[in-house]
Amino acid sequence: MTISSTMETPAGSRGRSARARQLRRLLRKPNFLVGTVIVLSFLAVTVLAPLLTPFDPTESDFLSAQSPPVVGHPLGTDQYGRDLLTRVLYGSRTALLAIVVADGIALVAGSLLGLMAGFYGGATDSIIMRVVDVLLAFPYLLLALIIVAALGPSLFNAMVAIGVVYTPQYARLLRGKALSIRQQEYVHSARALGARDWRIMLRHVLPNSMVPILVTATLQAGTVIVETAGLSFLGLGAQPPTPDWGAILADGQSYFLTSWWIATFPGLAILVVVLGFNLVGDALRDTLEGA
Amino acid sequence: MFQYTSRRLLQLLPVIVGVSLLVFFAMHILPGDVATLLLGDRATAKQLADLRHQLGLDKPVWVQYWAFLTSALQGDFGTSLRTNKPAIDMVLGAFPVTFQLAVAALIIALVAGIPMGVAAGVRPGGWFDNLLLAFSLVGVSMPIFWLGLMLILVFGGHLGWLPIGGVLDIGQGIHRITGMPVLDSLLEGNMKAFVSAVRHLVLPAATLATIPLALITRITRAEVVGALGHDYVRTARAKGVRERAVVLRHALRNGMIPVVTVVGLQFGLLLSGAVLTETIFSLPGLGRMMVDSILNRDYPVVQAGAILVALVFVFINLLVDISYAYLDPRIRYQ
Repeated sequence: MTISSTMETPAGSRGRSARARQLRRLLRKPNFLVGTVIVLSFLAVTVLAPLLTPFDPTESDFLSAQSPPVVGHPLGTDQYGRDLLTRVLYGSRTALLAIVVADGIALVAGSLLGLMAGFYGGATDSIIMRVVDVLLAFPYLLLALIIVAALGPSLFNAMVAIGVVYTPQYARLLRGKALSIRQQEYVHSARALGARDWRIMLRHVLPNSMVPILVTATLQAGTVIVETAGLSFLGLGAQPPTPDWGAILADGQSYFLTSWWIATFPGLAILVVVLGFNLVGDALRDTLEGA
Repeated sequence: MFQYTSRRLLQLLPVIVGVSLLVFFAMHILPGDVATLLLGDRATAKQLADLRHQLGLDKPVWVQYWAFLTSALQGDFGTSLRTNKPAIDMVLGAFPVTFQLAVAALIIALVAGIPMGVAAGVRPGGWFDNLLLAFSLVGVSMPIFWLGLMLILVFGGHLGWLPIGGVLDIGQGIHRITGMPVLDSLLEGNMKAFVSAVRHLVLPAATLATIPLALITRITRAEVVGALGHDYVRTARAKGVRERAVVLRHALRNGMIPVVTVVGLQFGLLLSGAVLTETIFSLPGLGRMMVDSILNRDYPVVQAGAILVALVFVFINLLVDISYAYLDPRIRYQ
């Protein structure tokens, strides 16, 4: 213990100062700051939506149907008279749920598969990577369509489908990391001390892969929002009257030439939030991975 | 080169078997019974049992898979549950529309993306470079189904310059030769139909081109910036070669390998990205047919479409690998 403590102190302080330098570099990037403001505002809206609007996102008011933007309804109303601002604000919750579920499934499943493939090698690696190859043999959206076709159209199934579609990205990432890290001396030392495979994977390989995982997860968050909204737009994701940006856009498509606002504002919301995640992800990649 | 190509072709076999397994089992675990779906809720138990027997649904799943695979290899994916036509005929009938759309989008992305990337790459950090960076960031963040609607609103609705849906004006009949309206009208020598087909293609192709355009611009820019820093560029300049020739003949040509890769990969992705574009612009392509078939639980058509697109995607990736190995000999010796 004593030896490890004395050895950890200088290395630890070096690590901390390196992290502080990276953080300072990150905070000097305007793109990162703009992206962070957008992402934090998005998160705030998901929490504060009920406080930001007096309307119910699913309550119809046919007397106000298809009203253009006015003072009482700053973004107008849809064909059922529902306040569009309210639906867009509540739609952010569906988008956040998509990130948590879809990105979460891809991250957990992909990381586990990648760790096992890279750590064990041999037959395990071959089998897992052939499955990954098959998943990559489909264009993303097509694979999502097949999975939704199998599970049935619903918001949750769309999220699961997107999660499965992006699993190979994490699997390849973690496999590469595990392949290089398993040869490191500290892994050999841990094994010599009797550490089990799972402990080595979770305590050594995984923490050393956190930077690329963080970057991928951030960039993937934006993609997940667009893809889930796309499936809802096609009628294969969120079903009425759920406030979902893709579903609102699909509603607005029928009235587009007469009520342009119904489809315009949810699309803008998607664009801005995805841009925010991409700005943060790009800045993280450039700073932390030195790309 | 022959050895490399043969090896890559052999590596495709397990992937193709995997694709067929995934598509078959995805449709096999579907909720609901196909026999009930075909005969309706009022069918008797005997009718349902007879149909299951007729379709082979009462056999073990591996026997069913083998029957599916052997039929699929002969181009038989069964008949559509909606139209009663062979599923493969429907899919092959719709595919040319999707193919035409993807090719047009890729042409737009290449014709605009490469010159813009070069212009940004020769002066990194300049105003055009920064503008392009912002444009490509917005481009990759853009939901294309929203962009499509915006283009319809502006160019179809307000300005009235371009049609907002379909592949031809009403009344413009052309004979089906390839299934691609632009090409068919040209082959037929019908210029009026040709102009109409091109006008109908502009907005969907521009919509679908957004993401590949942003990517091709970014990669061309990065490759030109990288190549301009190399010794052979310095040598060319020292020899007195004009700057235009340095950029186009030396920097751009060497930077084209990654662009070829992106173009190949993007083409495969465009085939599936066309699903959204075809829905917005009411195009009778494969993507829209797939979505309609999923919503109507027309599984033979979904299976045939999924396998066709996956095979095209896999073979395009193979062609990209082979062309990459051809352009860079180091790859085939690895």
